[in-house]
Amino acid sequence: MNDVLITGADLAGQGRADLLIRDGRLVDPADAGVDVERMDADGLIALPGLVDLHTHLREPGREDAETHDSGTRAAARGGFTAVLAMANTTPVTDTAEAALHIAALGRQAGHAQVIPVGAVTKGLDGAELAELGLMARSAVQVRVFSDDGHCISDAGLMRRALEYIRAFDGVIAQHAQDPRLAGAHACCHEGEVSGRLGLPGWPPAAESTIVARDVQLAALTGSRVHVCHVSTAETVDVLRWAKARGVKITAEVTPHHLLLTTDEVLGYDPTFKVNPPLRPEEHVRALQDGLADGTIDAVATDHAPHARHDKQHAFAEAAFGMVGLESALAVVVETMVDTGRLSWSGVAQRTSVVPARIARLSGQGRPLSVGEPANVTLVDPTARAVVDADNTASLSRNNPWHGRELPDPVVATFWAGRQTYRR
Amino acid sequence: MRHLLSAADLSLSEITEILDLAEEMSTVQDRPVKKLPALRGRTVVNLFFEDSTRTRSSFEIAGKWLSADVINVSAKGSSMSKGESLRDTVLTVAAMGVDALVIRHHASGAPWQASHWIDAHVLNAGDGTHEHPTQALLDAFTLRRHFRSADPSSAERNGQASDFTGKTIAIVGDLTHSRVARSNVLLLQTLGAEVVLVAPPTLMPSGVDSWPAANTTDFDEVLGACDAVMMLRVQRERMSGGYFPSAREYTIGYGLTRARLGALRPGAAICHPGPMNRGLEISADAADAANSLILDQVAAGVSIRMSVLYQILGGAEESVASPVREAAVR
Repeated sequence: MNDVLITGADLAGQGRADLLIRDGRLVDPADAGVDVERMDADGLIALPGLVDLHTHLREPGREDAETHDSGTRAAARGGFTAVLAMANTTPVTDTAEAALHIAALGRQAGHAQVIPVGAVTKGLDGAELAELGLMARSAVQVRVFSDDGHCISDAGLMRRALEYIRAFDGVIAQHAQDPRLAGAHACCHEGEVSGRLGLPGWPPAAESTIVARDVQLAALTGSRVHVCHVSTAETVDVLRWAKARGVKITAEVTPHHLLLTTDEVLGYDPTFKVNPPLRPEEHVRALQDGLADGTIDAVATDHAPHARHDKQHAFAEAAFGMVGLESALAVVVETMVDTGRLSWSGVAQRTSVVPARIARLSGQGRPLSVGEPANVTLVDPTARAVVDADNTASLSRNNPWHGRELPDPVVATFWAGRQTYRR
Repeated sequence: MRHLLSAADLSLSEITEILDLAEEMSTVQDRPVKKLPALRGRTVVNLFFEDSTRTRSSFEIAGKWLSADVINVSAKGSSMSKGESLRDTVLTVAAMGVDALVIRHHASGAPWQASHWIDAHVLNAGDGTHEHPTQALLDAFTLRRHFRSADPSSAERNGQASDFTGKTIAIVGDLTHSRVARSNVLLLQTLGAEVVLVAPPTLMPSGVDSWPAANTTDFDEVLGACDAVMMLRVQRERMSGGYFPSAREYTIGYGLTRARLGALRPGAAICHPGPMNRGLEISADAADAANSLILDQVAAGVSIRMSVLYQILGGAEESVASPVREAAVR
């Protein structure tokens, strides 16, 4: 592999410098040889490779919707160098063996680092703890555990899980949805639109009450809770309160919750059916504010590819979720950077540094300095394009941004020194 | 009119046209030979994802009396569990060359989605907890007749205003889960009626304050002001869902009991889309009262659906202003 010299990029918006990539690491640019491959990054911004805390790669089980190959290609196109693969595959990632298999699939695909998320409970059933310790002690050292899609609503179980993972500095990523307040059919923010369309409502309190409870359990156990895809202003308030008291709680927000509102479902298009649901404007603004001030720690995609036919049901019966890897940074630029809410170094924090820290990834989210792993995403801060759902590496097309003009930031992605994407 | 998906799609003049034509259609019912040639050669498929004897048979009779070929397709269970998508089911039926699909679905919005996938006309025969526009039309038809018979001059007065101007109509019961209520609110608003929604807070839809209707939790407060009350069916499973504590308490608070019947204005109409839970939301005295229109509603179902089918399928090519008179001439 040739050395690559990236010249003139602004490093996370903090000043221009050259980057020399050699053998997977960043080395002193002054050492560049004559045969170095040069890349002019004048006017571009270099970010540490993006880290997604919340990706559904669907393999094994639903290889018609996504595979490690297609999913990590999509990740690379989105500027990601690492994705955490959610456990709701078939079989579920609830053993060390399954976790090793996920990591191996990711290595074979080879377009981004794939880190398995372990299930908290066996089969995501919410009853018995999965072998959390064995997953943690395995070669892939699972640190993030989640029954994503299934809220751990049993407070006793959540408490025990939190206590147990303290032994190996794990974190439980909670899908906060009280099943008694928002059941399995809840598919639309409870409010004017759900009432008018006759869709089962999903009230904000179903999220924030669980988060408020988990704050107490995190304090009780001294363990780490991470809140998946925060969608409500109420949850942002609870998080702000908890953080002020020093509780070890972190949170993520998806790009779609940062921009899209409940009005998108007025046409009953299942593309916009997602869990938690799209919320009204006041929640969207609270999420942007929360991400800006750090109450929300990270952007995570909840990339949820689905085979076309699984979205071609009646709205209430169609699959939940939307793709997000390739457009995540675009939406962050649109909502946070172009509006002045977040600097580029803030973007680096929320999309790379902090998510890597939450997941305890040692080789990701590192500074762009000599000696560090060469995980680099080059970004054009001004480019824009109209999103085309067919212009994708993903196998799925459930893209809520189709037809919308957004920033088109990602120019190139380097993972461990290897170029995994180049526009 | 290309589709009939929502009561909100209809303008006042379109509604009036449908109701007027339904009046003409209703005369067919009294003929020895109940058949008009208006839709000869047209194929109507009743695609029902949910059982409904009443609505399905009424659409079927309506189509047949207009000489359309009517086929009933029960797609119950033909859903995700069976592996076939709604789109596939709809495209499969449409591919057989049908002119109109009458769709009943247990999920809100399904007919709306279907209308984007196929060229055939789509009629919403009830979708989930969303809308049931032909029910609202037949309710309006029944009420209009009632108002006109109670005050024969009202028809003449109606230059541009409708027979519903100044009328107060209460819709009472499980509003959250009622497609009948949603369509009626939208249609009655266009017709110019004052609608009052009555339900316990647990059965009041989210965002109801933004609806073009007043709302209250106190039935007795509005009872005496109503020109008509529409009682909605209460599903017994709502009780186990915790929406209200007991049937007894519901009846005492929101049922059209004998006592409330007495408190109604003389001549105020009583409607119910059926099937009734006698003794729960409506007492036998109210259901069988002289001013109960419940059986008229059922009878109106066929006329309204004939009218709607004709409006959607009949007009274009042959431009027959009145299929009834035309048949009489023949």
